Amino acid sequence: MVARWTVNLHALIAQTDAEPAVNVALNIGFGLIATVMIFAAFSVVTTKNVVHAALYLVLVLAGVAAQFILASAEFLAVAQVMVYIGAVMVLFLFGIMLTRAQIGKEDGLNNQGWQLGIPVAVVLFGLLGYVIFNTFEDDVLEERAPFPTEQLSDQYLSAYLVPFLAVSFVLLAAAIGAIVLARKD
Amino acid sequence: MLAVNFLLLAAVLFCIGVFGVIARRNAVLVLMSIELILAAVNLNFVAFAMMNDNIDGQVFALFVIAIAAAEVGVGLAMVLMIYRNRKSIALDGLSEMKG
Amino acid sequence: MLAVEDTHAALELSSGWFLDNAWLIALIPAIGFALIIGLGKKMPMKGSEIGLASMAASLVIATGAGIQWMQRTDSASHGGDEAIGGAFSGVRGVLRASEGGEVEPYIEPVVTQWVWWQNSGLEFGLGSHIDGLSVLLLWLVAFISLLVQVFSLDYVRGDRRYTHFFAALTLFSSGMLVMVMSSNMVQLILGWEIMGLCSFMLIGHWWEDAYNSHSALKAFFTVRVGDVGLLVGTAILFFGANDFAVANLDSNGFDIRAIQAWALSGDGSSWTLIMASSALFIAAIGKSGQFPLHTWLPDAMAGPTPVSSLLHSSTMVVAGVFLVARIYPVFWEGFNIANGGLSFIAIIGGITIVVAALLAFVQDDIKKVLAYSTVSQLGYMMLGLGTGAWLPAVFHVFTHAFFKCCLFLAAGSISHSGSHHSFDMKKDMGGLRKFMPITFGAWCVSTLALTGVIPFAGFWSKDEIIDNVGANGYTFLFWVGLGGAALTAMYMTRATYLTFFGEPRGAAAGIHHDDDHGYATEFREEIVHADAIDRELVTAGAAPKSLSAAAAHTDDHGDDGHGDDGHDDHDDHGPHESGKLILVPIVILAFLALTSGFVNPTPLAGDALGANLGEGVELLKKYVEPRYEPVAIGETAGHAGESVQLLEVTPLPAAEEGADGKDAYATGCGRTDPEPGTVCYFPKVKHAVPELSKILLSLGVVALGYAAAIGFCIAFYKNKNPRLVGLTERSRIARGGYLFLKNKYYLDVLYQNVFVYFVSRPLAKATYWFNQNVIDGAVNGVGTSGKKAGDWVYNNIDQKIVDGVVNASGTVASETGHGLQPVQSGKVNQYGALLFGAATVGAIVLVILNVS
Repeated sequence: MVARWTVNLHALIAQTDAEPAVNVALNIGFGLIATVMIFAAFSVVTTKNVVHAALYLVLVLAGVAAQFILASAEFLAVAQVMVYIGAVMVLFLFGIMLTRAQIGKEDGLNNQGWQLGIPVAVVLFGLLGYVIFNTFEDDVLEERAPFPTEQLSDQYLSAYLVPFLAVSFVLLAAAIGAIVLARKD
Repeated sequence: MLAVNFLLLAAVLFCIGVFGVIARRNAVLVLMSIELILAAVNLNFVAFAMMNDNIDGQVFALFVIAIAAAEVGVGLAMVLMIYRNRKSIALDGLSEMKG
Repeated sequence: MLAVEDTHAALELSSGWFLDNAWLIALIPAIGFALIIGLGKKMPMKGSEIGLASMAASLVIATGAGIQWMQRTDSASHGGDEAIGGAFSGVRGVLRASEGGEVEPYIEPVVTQWVWWQNSGLEFGLGSHIDGLSVLLLWLVAFISLLVQVFSLDYVRGDRRYTHFFAALTLFSSGMLVMVMSSNMVQLILGWEIMGLCSFMLIGHWWEDAYNSHSALKAFFTVRVGDVGLLVGTAILFFGANDFAVANLDSNGFDIRAIQAWALSGDGSSWTLIMASSALFIAAIGKSGQFPLHTWLPDAMAGPTPVSSLLHSSTMVVAGVFLVARIYPVFWEGFNIANGGLSFIAIIGGITIVVAALLAFVQDDIKKVLAYSTVSQLGYMMLGLGTGAWLPAVFHVFTHAFFKCCLFLAAGSISHSGSHHSFDMKKDMGGLRKFMPITFGAWCVSTLALTGVIPFAGFWSKDEIIDNVGANGYTFLFWVGLGGAALTAMYMTRATYLTFFGEPRGAAAGIHHDDDHGYATEFREEIVHADAIDRELVTAGAAPKSLSAAAAHTDDHGDDGHGDDGHDDHDDHGPHESGKLILVPIVILAFLALTSGFVNPTPLAGDALGANLGEGVELLKKYVEPRYEPVAIGETAGHAGESVQLLEVTPLPAAEEGADGKDAYATGCGRTDPEPGTVCYFPKVKHAVPELSKILLSLGVVALGYAAAIGFCIAFYKNKNPRLVGLTERSRIARGGYLFLKNKYYLDVLYQNVFVYFVSRPLAKATYWFNQNVIDGAVNGVGTSGKKAGDWVYNNIDQKIVDGVVNASGTVASETGHGLQPVQSGKVNQYGALLFGAATVGAIVLVILNVS
């Protein structure tokens, strides 16, 4: 994989009249954002501060939004930022507050069998990596213009109408359910 | 760029999320790990949409966002209830389903 | 000289109804027995009339059979005469070979049989076999039985078991008749055993007294010891004779005639014959009371006097003599009597004569004197048989029956009427000749007959025996016989003196003893009881100080079987003569004791006594003694169930004891093997010719005995000669001898305390131990080991292995569950781990499957 990366980079740099030009900036941008994301995600699962974990999660989600833009899914990026970061994370922060998470470091955030997670995650990653590389090696994602939003809405309101409405019901049910559950009775 | 990039990134996020589900004791943190997983999934969808030049991936990713939001709402409501009953949201104590 | 081939002709012998139906003689008393048992108590004379009737019927038939047998024998002479065709014409009615007439052919016995057993070729029957010996004894048994039953009518009157007494007497007679007329060994054994049973029943008639039942058992068991020999001997004879019998005579090894023929044929090995004859003689020793199995006879006197007179003097005890006489060829060959060797029979007979005679001197009980006398006379009979004097022995059986029975009945008469049921001569008798003259006369006649004074019966028979013993070359036994005669005279004189002479003592004087029990206790020796074993000893310490004081120690109650009613008629009188029912049989027998010798007065057939009446006077020799001519076996021999008429041959005429002398006895039956195609049934026995010198010698010996005894009796008992009185006290030798005789040579001690004790205690205990520990131990061991095996299997295999497997499977299941239980911890994190882990694994599998 590293070899391919280097080949890719060399091809990228020494490229004159090859396939459509490698967008170096794109790749670097992707790389940076990916690094931040990974670090932030890692921190979510390892930090001893609950609030910090939430904030790292914000970082991850923001990075995901940035990646969406790079993947020419602008609407989605915005939706991500608004819904996830704006609502879900706020919700998380409210939850943290209401459950009296301690300010500052807090021990005992990892349960007793947490070591079990490492091999599971590693094996899973190995598997996924292997599969991905096996399947998608040298598949190039072509640069393109972002998908127009109207195309998205067209899909929502024609082909995927029923799921769309169903999701709205789900959201309704979820809202009502959350209210019912969290009532002080 | 290579498709592998996005997919690998998603895979990493996914695995980190799995680790978080397994390792974290605080219920809220577990929910956060689940959010990581969902984010990874979204990334996958979008990457596939871009690969296949088909917008359906993004459609589905939006659905996932919506559902994730709903789920977080209900989940946090439950966590709140648990906290109210037990004064603690450590998942170690929630073992009434123990066989 | 007649050649064999010329004169083959069937000998026509006359037969008759009585001979053919002689089986009735035994059957009628048997039916009588059943009737007495069934009906006797209800009958007016309590069953005795049935007994008398049946014995009378038997006697009539036996008499008829006897007459017809004599006719049959006579017809042989006449018929043979005709068959030969008059070569010997002018014969007289009685033809004897020694007179130049023809030889006497063998007279075929008349056999009537029904099949008793029939199985795979072996067949023997039940029926009658009449020849001279049978007919003599049949008549004798029937006659004596009848007289004894008549005697018993009065003697046993009032007895508590009157009916059973007559039943047992009748059954006994039936048994003896069955034995006498038997044609095969099996029927002989049947009769023998019936007699043994009846002897037991009758000796123990008053079994309430322990001594009587003890005596009955003693008699039975002692005879039983001998009976082993009977069975063994019969078996040996069967296996020895069977092949010969089947091949030549169409019969089997049980048939007596076949046994006789086989023994004389030379087919039997000498070892077989000597074993068989020894075994059978042992049976005869037991039954006929020879030494050493004579010990039961004196104790058998515990029975009522009729029993003693019938069984233990005249009839049952001669069964052994009859056995030897009947299958005489076996003994002749087995003990090699032909060659004059000292045979076992003769030795035992000689010993018995002396042993018993000496014992008779020290008896105080009159019946025991007579019992020992019987044993001694049986010794004479055996002596005769053992030395080849067949006819004199059988003749002595005949005469002895009469005078001995008469003596016993006289003793019964004395006790019944003279000594108040006591038999003790010393205590309760004496001077009875004044009170009981008829009894005294009969006693004296019989005593003279017993001691062998001419012309009484015993002289003719006993002296014949002694004469033949000497003539056959047995010099020592000849003097033994003479000595025995002297001893007989002496002890009988003693008994006579003590009973009939002198001063009356005790009951004879009218003095009754106080201790009259309601049941009989016979006179017995002092018995020292130790444990439960009777040891009949008179110890030195308890020896009587003098003979006359011996009576003080002993119990001597007479045989009183009646209850209260019997006492009355004795209380008032002293001794008196008995009633007619008692006296008539005694008188008849006394008469016969006088005259019965004349049926075979051998000295009168020659010149010994001056009056030569010819051979015709020897009736027994003509009619009873079987002829010793060989008999041809014809192809027309019939089955065992029919009278067989064989072809007779008349071989060379052989003089008996004429000029040829010894040559005549070198060949012939019993001396050499018979020619092929012929069989012999009886050996050629020698007959001694009486001489005046021998007769005078024996009479002189007897007279000496009488003189000595009379002198002693008068000196000792009457005059109480101080030299004699208390002799046993003063002289140790005399006392030792007296004690030795009084204790019956310590034989009873030996038998009881050594043999019986050994078997009943140590041997029985050892056998019991073996049974309990070894045999039962093995059986229990099998059971215990089976149980242990079962337990082991249960504990180890069933409980541990089988149940273990079953339990283990359950345990595995539950432990698996327990082991897997922590998986379901209820913790979400863990569930998540499992979930993702499982999904990962599943994915790996899928990838592998699809990629490869």
